[in-house]
Amino acid sequence: MLGAFDFSVIQSSLPFVWQGFQYSLKLTLVAMSGGIVIGTLMALARLSSIGALSTAAAVYVNTMRSIPLVMVILWFFLVIPLITGKPIGAENSALITFTAFEAAYYSEIMRAGIQSVAKGQVAAGYALGMSYAQTMRLIVLPQAFRNMLPVLLTQTIILFQDTSLVYAIGAKDLLKAAEVTGKNYGRPVEMYVFAALIYFVICFSLSSLVKRLQTRIAIIR
Amino acid sequence: MNYNWNWSIYLQQIKSGDETYLDWLITGLGWTVSVALCGWIMALILGAIVGTVRTTPHNWLVRLGNAYVELFRNIPLLVQMFLWFFVVPELLPQDLAMWVKQDMPAKEFVTAFVCLGFFTSARIAEQVRAGIQSLPRGQRFAGLAMGFTLPQTYQYVLLPMAFRIIIPPLTSEFMNVFKNSSVAFAIGVLELTFQARQMQEDSEQGIETYLAVTLLYFICAFTANRVMAFIEKRTQVPGLIAAGK
Repeated sequence: MLGAFDFSVIQSSLPFVWQGFQYSLKLTLVAMSGGIVIGTLMALARLSSIGALSTAAAVYVNTMRSIPLVMVILWFFLVIPLITGKPIGAENSALITFTAFEAAYYSEIMRAGIQSVAKGQVAAGYALGMSYAQTMRLIVLPQAFRNMLPVLLTQTIILFQDTSLVYAIGAKDLLKAAEVTGKNYGRPVEMYVFAALIYFVICFSLSSLVKRLQTRIAIIR
Repeated sequence: MNYNWNWSIYLQQIKSGDETYLDWLITGLGWTVSVALCGWIMALILGAIVGTVRTTPHNWLVRLGNAYVELFRNIPLLVQMFLWFFVVPELLPQDLAMWVKQDMPAKEFVTAFVCLGFFTSARIAEQVRAGIQSLPRGQRFAGLAMGFTLPQTYQYVLLPMAFRIIIPPLTSEFMNVFKNSSVAFAIGVLELTFQARQMQEDSEQGIETYLAVTLLYFICAFTANRVMAFIEKRTQVPGLIAAGK
């Protein structure tokens, strides 16, 4: 019953939860920056006229997107030590997994962004004597980023929520920290509520910000 | 790379018991499909109601609907699983709480599909709302001008169109339900991911295990996709771009 809840456990657990939170944040930021860079390159590969390159990118993206993230986390945790020959720990394994996994999702967003840029812009770039790389870097990608910024941020919010799935390999993120302290202090219920509250406050405020940003940066055509 | 391949592992017996690993995988597939389908049906019903409510002219209903969607969209699914499994029973009246904790049949399964149902319903509600709002407002006015009540206008004019329009995003959501059901392993539902972890530990043939499980997830998602494509074809509205010539 609600009367039996004892939320004083939260105060004593704060340092430990803070550590877990920092890891969740680090995982989100690493996967976001790595994912956007690799994702953009993959989007360019997918849209390139070189058949093998675009097929390879398509296969990678579609495979990643049709497997549950938990399974991808388990796969990487199993396969990375087999390749490197030594265990690298759940935390590092998750960093690699999330970067590789999110790259597939960011690449689809960037592909849509690049395709949303008018064809004439590319033609204009070439007409000015720019190379492919210059046209992309100076003309197409800046516009694609701007058009897709709200979607990229929304994907990042989803990514932050998905980091809780590192639970499957026992990495110490926010949720795991809350669970461990909850069990140590014999108050698991309160700690689950606390974790949910942290996730909710962060994700809700970020998604409200994205909504405001969306109306502000929209280009009126 | 140093790995002992053993492709006959599926037919071998588990370490302690008469079952084969294949039996584990089949059990896993059964639970995955059950959780996903029950959650999906629940999500469709709830999502349709909440999504519809968010387009009505009643301000307080719209706000309630918005709050519902924000609540379920901004907490990770895994955390929601734990909330339903560990926290919700504590909030129930004492007798009911005791029953849920001790006597409720298939407790993990019910919790998992209820959780997945609520989680998915918030996303479906978004799509239903977008579908209704994509209709020309003249359709609503026409319905009302014909003398339909508001519920009748929704039932006969708006919803039949809206649902056909949102079939493509519903298709990916249907595939997502199967992927998301994997999170149920955390509360002990014996579904595919649970079996994958269990079989990997028991057999020590990780790659063969994960390959089989991944393949089964592929098959689930692909079947879901084909079923929705069939429905899309049968219900298409003549005259829209989607219907082709």
